[in-house]
Amino acid sequence: MIWWRAIAVAALVATTPALLAGEIPPDARRSGYSFVSPDTRAMQDDDTSNPGMLFVLDGEALWGKKVGSADKACADCHGDARSSMKGVAARYPAFEKALGRPITLDQRIKLCRANHQQASPLPYESRDILALSAFVAHQSRGFPITAGDDPQLSAFVAQGRSLFMQREGQLNLACTNCHDDNFDKHLAGSPITQAQPTGYPIYRLEWQTLGSLERRLRSCMTGVRAQAYDYGAPELVALELYLMSRARGMPMETPAVRP
Amino acid sequence: MAALINVPSKAKRGDIIEIRTLTSHIMETGFRHTMDGALVPRDIITSFTCSYNGTEIFRADLFPAIAANPYLSFFTIARESGKLEFEWIGDNGYASTASASITVE
Amino acid sequence: MPTTRRQFLYLAASVTVIPIVTPRALEATPAMLNTAIRNIVGEAPIRTGKVKLDIPPLVENGNTVPMTVSVTSPMTADDYVKSIHVFNEKNPQPNIGNFYLNPSSGRAQVSTRIRLADTQRVVAIARLSDDSFWQVSADIVVTLAACTEEVN
Repeated sequence: MIWWRAIAVAALVATTPALLAGEIPPDARRSGYSFVSPDTRAMQDDDTSNPGMLFVLDGEALWGKKVGSADKACADCHGDARSSMKGVAARYPAFEKALGRPITLDQRIKLCRANHQQASPLPYESRDILALSAFVAHQSRGFPITAGDDPQLSAFVAQGRSLFMQREGQLNLACTNCHDDNFDKHLAGSPITQAQPTGYPIYRLEWQTLGSLERRLRSCMTGVRAQAYDYGAPELVALELYLMSRARGMPMETPAVRP
Repeated sequence: MAALINVPSKAKRGDIIEIRTLTSHIMETGFRHTMDGALVPRDIITSFTCSYNGTEIFRADLFPAIAANPYLSFFTIARESGKLEFEWIGDNGYASTASASITVE
Repeated sequence: MPTTRRQFLYLAASVTVIPIVTPRALEATPAMLNTAIRNIVGEAPIRTGKVKLDIPPLVENGNTVPMTVSVTSPMTADDYVKSIHVFNEKNPQPNIGNFYLNPSSGRAQVSTRIRLADTQRVVAIARLSDDSFWQVSADIVVTLAACTEEVN
């Protein structure tokens, strides 16, 4: 009897990780929008009350501004973003041949700025990089997410998935422990979401400004008392890529408003 | 700095219309400290006015308790076609303006 | 370099003094709220009614709280709302905003987004054209984010 019980416990322990790491079925996926209060939703819904749109406006102005020693604006190569940037952000992070790895939309903008505009670099989370990425991503609003479809990315999606499943920090929690297994419950007063990155860069009420998915991931890592990866770190990009591929087909909302 | 203004482009004479404004500003309270203990000086918008064809129709005094990127909504009666002008004034000589036109039939 | 006893006491004193001083400096008191209100109202009586304060009773983040104040008024040339004043109890400062209206406003209603440092009471006061004052108050519970990030 004791043997059987031990085997049963061992079997349960062995299967528990698989059961807990229950990935959310496609038709049960929900945007963070569905977890927020009606007031916050109303703020996102109306473009003239969504503070994220202020950054989109700034980004539009930057898009047409000539900079760097090449004296070129984004628009000089890419034309009208309203047509040329349609659906582009929905594919990011995307594979960059020259580097042999995926890069985020912010990194793409930074590369463009360095190589084609020959302009001074824009730091991560600076107002201008956020404004440009918000403006570009806004052109994909309503487009289904397709990031990760490129077969060259499969190894990086897998890396991101293993990071998502890996426990870390002093609280010894993996992303999946909250966002796959316990969404819709609360952590203190805040609802736990599914971590579907549909609206980045987002206007976060807590930040009182726009911020990238990397900033959000870093703040989660700090939350579980782990050492956060640096901005642009390959691990952070892989995690971002996995999250986007996990949200495949969900519509983009940029700029989303979240608490 | 960017501002978003929402005024109906057309209205009937005598209609009560809603005006909504949103402007970029950090609204630094002057009560926060940096990691090394230094006080971050106050930097807020202190005053907002809206004029309709030159006549002031709404004014507000703002304090540090107004959230970053101040949002204001208020009402006025559509009297005549013309221009609505908005002005934000703040600390460190901050001043910004915006305008919107309205056709009243 | 080993810490001397004197240095240790000095450090210990500075560490214990700071937390005692800071919260006092950073929270308006009911007396400060009362003073702020009296600065606007003077000695006039404040009646309850006419004013409506629309604010969520439980907010997701105190950094950006939507708020609408409306006053029941015909908004005619002889009977209108002159101004609306909003105050709070526990932010570092008791004032939130003053809003000046006139008969051409048509409707006595303003909306904005405010900051609430803590769970507290918000008071809205309207001054009518006959210089009477009317008020309403609301209690708001502010929940804090579970995971706060490091200050950059």
